[in-house]
Amino acid sequence: MQISKRSQFSLRATTYGLLFLLYMPLLLIFILSFNTASSLTWPPRGFSTRWWSTFLDVESARAALISSTRLALIAMVNAIVLGSMLSFALQRFEFFGKNSLSFLAVLPIALPGIVTGVALRNTFVRFGLDLGFISVIAGHTTFCIVVVHNNVVARLRRISPNLREASADLGANSLQTFRLITWPLVRSSVFAGAILAFALSFDEVVVTTFTAGAGIQTLPQWILNNFSRPNVLPYVTVVATIVMVISLPIAWLAQRLADPPNEKLV
Amino acid sequence: MTSKAKPSSTIAISLREVRKTFGEVVAVDSVDLDVFNGEFLTLLGPSGSGKTTVLRMVAGFEALTSGSILLDGEDVTGVPAFERDVNTVFQDYALFPHMTVLENIEYGLKVKGVARDERRNRATKILEVVQLIGFADRKPNQLSGGQRQRVALARALVNQPKVLLLDEPLGALDLKLREEMQVELKSIQQRVGITFVYVTHDQSEALSMSDRVVVFNAGKIEQIGTPQEIYEHPATSFVASFVGITNLFSGDRAQQIIGRSGTFTLRPEHVQISFDSSQTGLSATISSIQYLGAESRVHCTTKDNLKVIATVANEHLSRVVLGQLATLVWKPDAVFEVS
Ligand SMILES: Nc1ncnc2c1ncn2[C@@H]1O[C@H](COP(=O)(O)OP(=O)(O)OP(=O)(O)O)[C@@H](O)[C@H]1O
Ligand SMILES: [Mg+2]
Repeated sequence: MQISKRSQFSLRATTYGLLFLLYMPLLLIFILSFNTASSLTWPPRGFSTRWWSTFLDVESARAALISSTRLALIAMVNAIVLGSMLSFALQRFEFFGKNSLSFLAVLPIALPGIVTGVALRNTFVRFGLDLGFISVIAGHTTFCIVVVHNNVVARLRRISPNLREASADLGANSLQTFRLITWPLVRSSVFAGAILAFALSFDEVVVTTFTAGAGIQTLPQWILNNFSRPNVLPYVTVVATIVMVISLPIAWLAQRLADPPNEKLV
Repeated sequence: MTSKAKPSSTIAISLREVRKTFGEVVAVDSVDLDVFNGEFLTLLGPSGSGKTTVLRMVAGFEALTSGSILLDGEDVTGVPAFERDVNTVFQDYALFPHMTVLENIEYGLKVKGVARDERRNRATKILEVVQLIGFADRKPNQLSGGQRQRVALARALVNQPKVLLLDEPLGALDLKLREEMQVELKSIQQRVGITFVYVTHDQSEALSMSDRVVVFNAGKIEQIGTPQEIYEHPATSFVASFVGITNLFSGDRAQQIIGRSGTFTLRPEHVQISFDSSQTGLSATISSIQYLGAESRVHCTTKDNLKVIATVANEHLSRVVLGQLATLVWKPDAVFEVS
């Protein structure tokens, strides 16, 4: 497409302007985490690493970091197992209600978190299950499955069904076909889905709030709870920076591993 | 691998009363067919006539609705694909994209547990047969269409199957390459001596490569025969018009022109155009001329609007003028009755 010099310039300016608006606040947080002052004043008063070096001494922050990591890891593993099995089954078999099942599987990502959260909470309470770590994991698994499932389904669609037939034709049984053909071809999409699932779980607030019991506090919740407490505020910038630093490379990697939009597998 | 193959009279595949339906659609309807060892057999038919379905049932990808399939005398109707001693070359080649050419070719041997050294040996030999030495370490997406086609062929041949099934293997290639590959495929088949069952809807491909041709129409076999038999003595009006082009006369027209009732075929190359008014024959006007390179196709129309096609060598074309009245002449034995 041909674009005139002028519109090229204004397009570029708009793009950079938007990116600046989006990322400036993140940069501010990052800078403020090295501030000497204990309030979020601008400009920063001086450079110091004291919030960083003492942040792990804040018991509640450390506990939150640990439970967020555990939670995200477990939800991710659940999503890998359930999400990929689901997509293999949906791809492989024809059965009554297949389309509805596939729709139901993807629904949690479209539903507002607050609906999922309330529904899960009610269900847990109704059946007399304690709200605790397990219930949060269940909540997170519902939407983590979706990203793995979506990634794997997209990949499976691009793999010609002839490849499986060719493999069988050459004498491979279904296990060999899975191990030597299907798995190597979908592997990277499973990983892409998995790390996205991790990232989603790591900074989720709404479903967590409804499904977590009294004793559980995840990192995003910790931020939320301490945002208005002056003496803890600098630590919030540290934690926010940590969340950012963990999420960015994950998002980048996930994009690398997922399918390039217009490329065929041959 | 060096045995010069001649089709023998022993039977490699038998199809008995094979029928396949997809819901309401009857894809294949009571097909009986014997394929001889070492022969190059082509399934020819228009789109949707059931050729692919027959091939897929022989390979074991598709279950039969009824009937049975015998491989080497043994009933394999319920045997899964991976246990059948046949291999397939797919139209889109279905090469494994994450494997190199060599790994693709070794795949069949590997899953059957053939030792590494022997695998290498056999794969290298077959690479020579398909002239792909030097491409062993490429990935499929680094190959041209023709090269991929050869890899697909090699990947199947290396297993030395009893029968090789090929579903329009040249369909994705351009005309020039297709013609080259036709010659090469035929010569490879003769060298390795494996039975080929070849699917195409291209009648010239079928005629030029096959020992025998099976003409399909709407899931049924219309005729089985050598290329000459099919072309020169078509059994049905469908075969006559699908294989090559022809003039068909039936009903009143047959009565009037041939002097008998029935359906008759007359190939255009047997029709002569004469401008000698003393000749007896069918008078018609030259209504259009189609230049085809080596020859031309001349369309003639009689006064009661019957169209007859004649083939004319280009050296005689100067005599043929549009709109001219001519007499069409043919030898009586050029006319065949078909059903
Ligand atoms: N999986 C299927 N489900 C439903 N109908 C099918 C299926 N496979 C084939 N058919 C139908 O069976 C008939 C024969 O199809 P087939 O693919 O064997 O034709 P073909 O001779 O190979 O045609 P082509 O030259 O176009 O490849 C067609 O009417 C087709 O629509
Ligand atoms: Mg077909």
